Amino acid sequence: MEEKISEISRLKDLAVSEIQSATNAKELDEVRVKYLGKKGELTSILRSMGSLAPEERPVIGGKVNEARDELEVLIKSGEEKFAKQELERKLKEETIDITLPSTKVKRGSKHPLNRIIEEVEDLFVSMGYDVVAGPELETDEYCFERLNLPKGHPARDMQDSFYITSEYLLRTQTSAVQARAMMDNEEKAPIRIICPGKTYRRDDDATHSHQFSQVEGLVIDKNISLADLKGTLEVFVRKMLGENLQLRFRPSYFPFTEPSYEVDVSCFKCGGKGCNLCKQTGWIEVLGSGIVHPNVLKMNGYNPDKYTGFAFGTGLDRLAMFKYGITDIRLLYQNDVRFLSQFDRLDR
Amino acid sequence: MKLSKNFVKDYVDIDVDIKTLAEDMTRVGNEYDSAGKLLDATKLVIGEVKECEMHPDSDHLHVCKVDVGNEILNIVCGAPNVRKGLKVIVALDGAVLPGVTVKAGGIIEKDDKPRVIKRGMVRGQESNGMLCSMLELGLEHKYADEVDKTGIHELPADAPVGGDPIAYMQMDDEVADFDLTANRGDLLSILGMAYELGAIYDKDVKPIDLTHKENSENINNNFKVEVNTDNCSIFLARKVKNISLKESPAFIKNRLIASGIRPINNVVDISNYVMLETGQPLHFYDADTLKDKIEVRMAKKGEKLFTLDGKERTLSDEDIVISDGERAIGLAGVMGGLDTEITDKTKNVLIESAIFDGVKIRKTSKEILRSEASSRFEKGLDPNRTYMAIERACKLLEEYANGEVVGGVAKFDKADLQNREIEISFKKINDVLGMEIPKKDVLDVFRRLKFEVYVNGKRAEFKEQEKDLEKVEEITVSVPRRRGDISIKEDLIEEVGRIYGVDNIVGRLPEMPMKAGSFDKVTRGIRNKMVDLGLNETLSYILVNNKEAKYFTKDDTELVKLLDPMTEERNTLRHSILPSLLKIYEYNKARSNKDVAIFEIGKAFYKKQEEYGEINKIAGLMTGDFYLGVGKKQVDFYIIKGIVEELLDYLGYGNRYSFVVKEEQMPDEVHPGQSALISVNNDIVGLIGRVHPVLEKEPVYVFEIDLDKLLDKKVGKMKYKEISKFPSVKKDIAVVVDKNITSDEIATVIKKAGGSSLSKIDVFDVYTGKGIEENKKSIAYSLTFEKMDRTLTDEEINESMEKIVDMLSKKLGAELRK
Repeated sequence: MEEKISEISRLKDLAVSEIQSATNAKELDEVRVKYLGKKGELTSILRSMGSLAPEERPVIGGKVNEARDELEVLIKSGEEKFAKQELERKLKEETIDITLPSTKVKRGSKHPLNRIIEEVEDLFVSMGYDVVAGPELETDEYCFERLNLPKGHPARDMQDSFYITSEYLLRTQTSAVQARAMMDNEEKAPIRIICPGKTYRRDDDATHSHQFSQVEGLVIDKNISLADLKGTLEVFVRKMLGENLQLRFRPSYFPFTEPSYEVDVSCFKCGGKGCNLCKQTGWIEVLGSGIVHPNVLKMNGYNPDKYTGFAFGTGLDRLAMFKYGITDIRLLYQNDVRFLSQFDRLDR
Repeated sequence: MKLSKNFVKDYVDIDVDIKTLAEDMTRVGNEYDSAGKLLDATKLVIGEVKECEMHPDSDHLHVCKVDVGNEILNIVCGAPNVRKGLKVIVALDGAVLPGVTVKAGGIIEKDDKPRVIKRGMVRGQESNGMLCSMLELGLEHKYADEVDKTGIHELPADAPVGGDPIAYMQMDDEVADFDLTANRGDLLSILGMAYELGAIYDKDVKPIDLTHKENSENINNNFKVEVNTDNCSIFLARKVKNISLKESPAFIKNRLIASGIRPINNVVDISNYVMLETGQPLHFYDADTLKDKIEVRMAKKGEKLFTLDGKERTLSDEDIVISDGERAIGLAGVMGGLDTEITDKTKNVLIESAIFDGVKIRKTSKEILRSEASSRFEKGLDPNRTYMAIERACKLLEEYANGEVVGGVAKFDKADLQNREIEISFKKINDVLGMEIPKKDVLDVFRRLKFEVYVNGKRAEFKEQEKDLEKVEEITVSVPRRRGDISIKEDLIEEVGRIYGVDNIVGRLPEMPMKAGSFDKVTRGIRNKMVDLGLNETLSYILVNNKEAKYFTKDDTELVKLLDPMTEERNTLRHSILPSLLKIYEYNKARSNKDVAIFEIGKAFYKKQEEYGEINKIAGLMTGDFYLGVGKKQVDFYIIKGIVEELLDYLGYGNRYSFVVKEEQMPDEVHPGQSALISVNNDIVGLIGRVHPVLEKEPVYVFEIDLDKLLDKKVGKMKYKEISKFPSVKKDIAVVVDKNITSDEIATVIKKAGGSSLSKIDVFDVYTGKGIEENKKSIAYSLTFEKMDRTLTDEEINESMEKIVDMLSKKLGAELRK
């Protein structure tokens, strides 16, 4: 029996030294098979227990199990070591050049003018305005006559029009929608609308495009004043072009408002000190506005003794140019994809 | 309107520089384009040429000794008219002149930078300044005489050596060019400007001098005025005899030049001068060419007239004419006739001062000539000025043309000369402006404007204090006829706002009931979806040429054409967005932007049975490489089809659309073998396909959908669809069919045969070639079977597969691919 015990001890020592000298998972496994496998050397001692005296069996069995447990712990830690080494090797092997260019995942972009329109819409919708649309192929009646601009009126010179027939034309101003909104409402005030859209005039140079975009605003209720107009435009201008901007009302003339004002904004480039953008004046003209002319109210079904209103309009092309620093209006209509694809960025 | 400061100072005392004046005018609503000196040149002096020798090294230069008062300067001069004894304008060393260079024949080249004169050597000869022509001082070409166009200016012999030449010539004036609004016709006169400046600076307006003598004759004894149209409200005529035609005095010439009108001779100049002063256009006839009357009437259709520009005009019955009783002798308010015009032989002048209907004048002048006169008629005139102007003209003809004014005025007058009385309450003013303006300040505005105000029926003295006005709610304002733009309360409110100023208004938001605003969610959604799919949105011109306008459409509508296009390239409204997109593609191609994936939401236009209409459409164009999710792929029909399907699914039309080919309905601009109509609910809503290679050689794919027609088809609310809890089974099948059988046809058969448990049919391979008979193709499908309530058994699936194979064979003659 002593012989058997020393044999177990010898085998165990041998196995321990082989485990320690194993250099990879495969060698380790070979050691495991050699000693602990079905036909392994330690296993075969257990197998041959039948030839031992019954009182020797538990002693020898205990010794073998003891040795096996010890070896298994060693093998397991060896396996873990090799697995870790293997993982590290693999990770190292998989290391890539992260500076190589990305695989593009491209989204499209909205046209800058429509970005502006959406921004204006969202702003006014948040103040309870409805966004309305009107025809671009408009009648003389809605584009001019119902806005206090009868045929032969000298102010029609301000807007050289594209006529289709003597009655139909491409609308020269989104103001055409004012009359439509009033007629549709049938004096069921209040009205609170904006109308963004395309407009057309016979004019084409570096700063004018024969097709351009405007947004028109109209509010009608009892007791609407110039102060309401100013407050509204302050919100509009400051949200679109920058907080802290100041407004200046300059008397002007539009046939559909009385009084009428051009609205200047303190220059958002130089802060009013004077620069090339504001032509050293500190002010930039951005809007036309005024109190709705009583004739316009009357002609479109609103009693001017009961209701007052304000209206304003601005060119969106200029607004887009200011906002994005575009210096040539033609860029907006050339649709160069290198230009268009720049407009996929959140405005924060 | 160009405002000469010297001119307006005749009527109002102002002592500000022109820039300040222009800015102050702008603040009350009168914008200006430019403001500055009439001649913007410094360090000029009157000189006398004492010696003038040819330059030794030049065949045209002269070396002169010029006396400038305190010294004699050596100056080299290239002008041919320089000579000994001539009085000249000398620009001294350091003089700053306008940035103009005068070329041969007086042609001017302008430069933004001013020109600085420096002492220097000219071909070895010392030159200490420059002798100038008027052009070099900034006088416009049209006002310069021949001498100044070819050489230097020649001052009169009495010009004081050492003096300021601009002051000597009485040209030390300042000019502001105003861009006036259409309602302020009154400001097209020096007097109107004087009233406006008087209001701004709180100054009086001085009276105009109308005094003149008249002889004992009376025009009415042998001459009469007849008006036979409603388009002339007042017509006055006076006669001035024995005039002498000559050059106008310097002040008249210079003021005309400052105002932008070229001086001609004293008589013509006086008519223009008076028009500038009063705003009332005048017409002068050679009285000896007239008969015994003047008649104002509408022209007969086809009536002929030689106008003073020498052209024969054929008139319409919308033109107002002046006639001598027999034939037309002038187009009222627009242009006089050739036969009756003032010539250098004219002795006796008939002055016409009249008001014609603005709308009619506008129409006639648009066709013939828009002039200083016609624009004044268009904007409306004050009939009081009609009287003033004719007397002023008599005065000036007497004084500056030695004329003898004939007694009496031949006239027709049914004009309204009275002031307009407008009642207004202080409350209304404050309500509209949203301010609290003290009552006395409101009155003060009207005082400055020289409007009379009645308080409690009594004419206000403008000494009223706020406490005197405490109980006053309403006032009546009497507005002179010169302010034709003021007729209602709101006009008066504007005046208060203008003159009092609205800078102190505190902005506030309107007090209105809260409500949710609304906007077009669908268009916004479509735009977002297309952008998510990777397309760039464009915005193009709706005007195209008449050839392109109907591209990609095939219907019975007519094109919408412009009456008066700017160019032939843009003379028609598009009927499809695609021609615009094709142009954008060409533009990008020319700039080597090969990958183009764009869309546009916009309008297309048509005419049908004399009715005009517009349609909202969406169109897309794709070519080159397209970034599809991850990575890129060359665009083909199936990619753009995928974009369209994705959009239709997004809008809720899943399972309701199909792509159909109807040869007779395909427009000519698409590839006949690679295009289809888009059908939703069996209704054609659009088009998809490759652009015809004849139009575009490269493979370019497009689609267009009529959004109005599409969105009209109602869709239900978006609802979640249950997902089966039981496993699904995938089976592949490849069949060989005739080449002309479409995938849709095969899928329809499979779907029917597969029954309700067949949930998905995908094509994963299409093959022709080796191993497949000619005229045949192999299509492979991946079929997914699933049930919502249980797991399908193998038997059930095999049964379905057998049925599918059987039906494909029976219906389409398909064989299983081995």
